[in-house]
Amino acid sequence: MNNSTLAKDIKTIEFDALIIGGGGSGMRTSLELAKSGLKTAVVSKVFPTRSHTVSAQGGITCAIGSADPDDDWRWHMYDTVKGADFIGDQDAIEYLCSEGPKAVFELEHMGLPFSRFENGRIYQRPFGGQSKDYGKGGQAARTCAAADRTGHALLHTLYQNNIKEGTNFLNEWFAVDIVKNSKNEVTGVIAFSIEYGELAYLKSQATVMATGGAGRIYASTTNALINTGDGLAMALRAGFPAQDMEMWQFHPTGIYGAGSLVTEGCRGEGGYLVNKDGERFMERYAPNVKDLAGRDVVARSMVLEILEGRGCGENKDHIFLKLDHLGADVLNAKLPGICELSKTFAHVDPIYEPIPVVPTCHYMMGGTPTNIHGQAFNRVNNIDSVVPGLFAAGEAACVSVHGANRLGGNSLLDLVVFGRATGMHIQQELKSGGGVESATKDDIEASLQRLNHLNESSSGYETAPVKKELQECMQNYFGVFRRGEFMEKGLKELDEIRDKVNNLHLKDKSNAFNTSRVEAIELQNLFEVAEATAIAAYSRNESRGAHARDDFPERDDDNWLCHSLYDPISKTISKRDVNFSPSQVEAFPPVVRTY
Amino acid sequence: MSSNTLEVSMYRYNPEQDKFPYMKKYSIEKPARDIMVLDLLHLLKEGDDSISYRRSCREGVCGSDGMNINGKNGLACITPISSVIKKDKIELRPLPGLPVIRDLVVDMTQFYAQYEKIKPFLQNDTTAPEQERLQSPEDRAKLDGLYECILCACCSTSCPSFWWNPDKFVGPAALLQAYRFLADTRDLETQNRLEELSDPFSVYRCHGIMNCVSACPKSLNPNKAIGEIKSMLLSNKKQVIASDGVR
Repeated sequence: MNNSTLAKDIKTIEFDALIIGGGGSGMRTSLELAKSGLKTAVVSKVFPTRSHTVSAQGGITCAIGSADPDDDWRWHMYDTVKGADFIGDQDAIEYLCSEGPKAVFELEHMGLPFSRFENGRIYQRPFGGQSKDYGKGGQAARTCAAADRTGHALLHTLYQNNIKEGTNFLNEWFAVDIVKNSKNEVTGVIAFSIEYGELAYLKSQATVMATGGAGRIYASTTNALINTGDGLAMALRAGFPAQDMEMWQFHPTGIYGAGSLVTEGCRGEGGYLVNKDGERFMERYAPNVKDLAGRDVVARSMVLEILEGRGCGENKDHIFLKLDHLGADVLNAKLPGICELSKTFAHVDPIYEPIPVVPTCHYMMGGTPTNIHGQAFNRVNNIDSVVPGLFAAGEAACVSVHGANRLGGNSLLDLVVFGRATGMHIQQELKSGGGVESATKDDIEASLQRLNHLNESSSGYETAPVKKELQECMQNYFGVFRRGEFMEKGLKELDEIRDKVNNLHLKDKSNAFNTSRVEAIELQNLFEVAEATAIAAYSRNESRGAHARDDFPERDDDNWLCHSLYDPISKTISKRDVNFSPSQVEAFPPVVRTY
Repeated sequence: MSSNTLEVSMYRYNPEQDKFPYMKKYSIEKPARDIMVLDLLHLLKEGDDSISYRRSCREGVCGSDGMNINGKNGLACITPISSVIKKDKIELRPLPGLPVIRDLVVDMTQFYAQYEKIKPFLQNDTTAPEQERLQSPEDRAKLDGLYECILCACCSTSCPSFWWNPDKFVGPAALLQAYRFLADTRDLETQNRLEELSDPFSVYRCHGIMNCVSACPKSLNPNKAIGEIKSMLLSNKKQVIASDGVR
């Protein structure tokens, strides 16, 4: 690419369907489409098996009835609705839980090496927030696992099956911005090859944002370095809304100092958290299920222990996760990856010593709002309507099945169920003649603007320090606990950071594997997501799920039993109704959420 | 040189600017605590943003940042600098034997091509049951030590046989995966898989040098898997001879 590239200078590569992102949701979508014979391409900024799905550990939660033959997807649905603190869409949660078993068995048929019970069926372990009989029958073991490497096993299995079906992969290609036609329909993206710097317009009838989360907006996160919210940011820049952006999950057990995830499966297998006195403090906060309460509940309890001076270590700033009582055999068989990570990053062997952990940013419940077919929607004049050509799936999307707090093991299920659903819908739509009109040269040029601006830069700010500033700001003002006056400060800081983000200096203009260019664009993407998060968090004057306000400590169903919808053009929040109309069961009405 | 300075010698090559690759020396204050080689690279890149390397998960599960660290292949993100420093020096080079795109980034096309060649997906044409295919814990345990491969290429690029014949010798990483599917009781294409590996190069170019075993950052043992394939090939040949009568 040149410093300034015109639409006429770049080539157009045309596909029926284009999937941005080669993680679990992207490759489940592409698999469905490749099988249908549509010309499908996956655009991934890393080789697909390097995507962040690979880091998922504990499992995929689904009522397949293996640990308990009487298990029921309706119980899973109830748990998910409750876990979401009642702002998950119940039509979508119903679809997730009822279609789930089909999607999980398909993965097994594709070769996923699930761990097994003695009878040969898929191994399931207990996870937080999972109950039997609508919360009345005690803890459920519903999370299907491949040891503690379920994400790795799932991602590799999906990649392998995409090879089998002949999916086109544009590996190490980076999507920059959405291209829209005059009717505000999405016709593809501008992207470049990281390896050579070749720039192209990737044209498609259906563009799926499967770009995962953006945990890198925070200084401390379990997320991979690549989780920069690219798809969501592209949609925001194109003027499309984001939903529930204030809802960020802080996972209770990130390794202190390193941020690497320690699976909830540790507590599922019998591990528990202790404070500096060796007290199993979760007994006080969640007397019934203790360490297996919802993640938001456990994370907040940990922070309170630390704030009240009962944290562990020299600075009393972390908590211990105790596993040694489980014994070497259980740890080696069920949690081998955790033993490895703990030794590498915490310098402790969990067979003998507890792991130092701290709540760490983990998952974005919000995202591009979609229906259960993955179709993104926009709100124009107070009416929600589908955006032709634009889809989203997985963490980048907000269907919404996780509402205000995601349950462990539900993200992998989300990926495969809605990746599959999105693929099926696109197939149907394109085969029945649906599609979008072509974009003009001017439309394409408009989408090249941001990249050109960066490529033309001859002065300005360096990427790395600005990124740190952004991450510190989000960590300080929009973390586990939030307060209006602090957030006002944070919003002011963000205003200053925006100016820097818009004026980055790309010193290195070379084309071959220029990671500086990629990182500059990623920072701009992070900023879009961070700003949406900050504005949404400041607007929701209540505490619900992962969103905990010091100044509004109660849940307020009268005013806030709704989604927040962020409009990137006016930078304002409006409210959107939660779906309470599942088709096969009665809706679960909001009740006080205790564990 | 003072003992709180660390000298990093890094392989640099940008095809648009450099006729030849060269080693560039960076001096950096020794970090107060032990950090990973990847963290060291981040620090260096903050000072010189033209440095290029791959990275993603930064916890040893995605396989992006395989490189040659003081002469040994490994993942930068899980290699503490304390374990590799020699006389206050660290030398960083790209994985050996593959074409270099830029700096520490290699072209892995050949490596992936070998992976695809072994048909790395479960093959079972029988009608799938409504639920999962059953597999005993014992049979599932046969996949342990095989399925965990992260495709980082540390093993194959440390293997002299792969350096010589990257197009014909499948290499330790892909052979480990070949055996992962041969060992899976749910896969029914054992016979075809073995036939496709029976030429003089695919498997038999392995001479048990064992570099793969010492390089693997996940402590897997491709050499053992290759041994298993060789004995399967051998007993398969015996069966063919037996059923053909004469050969």
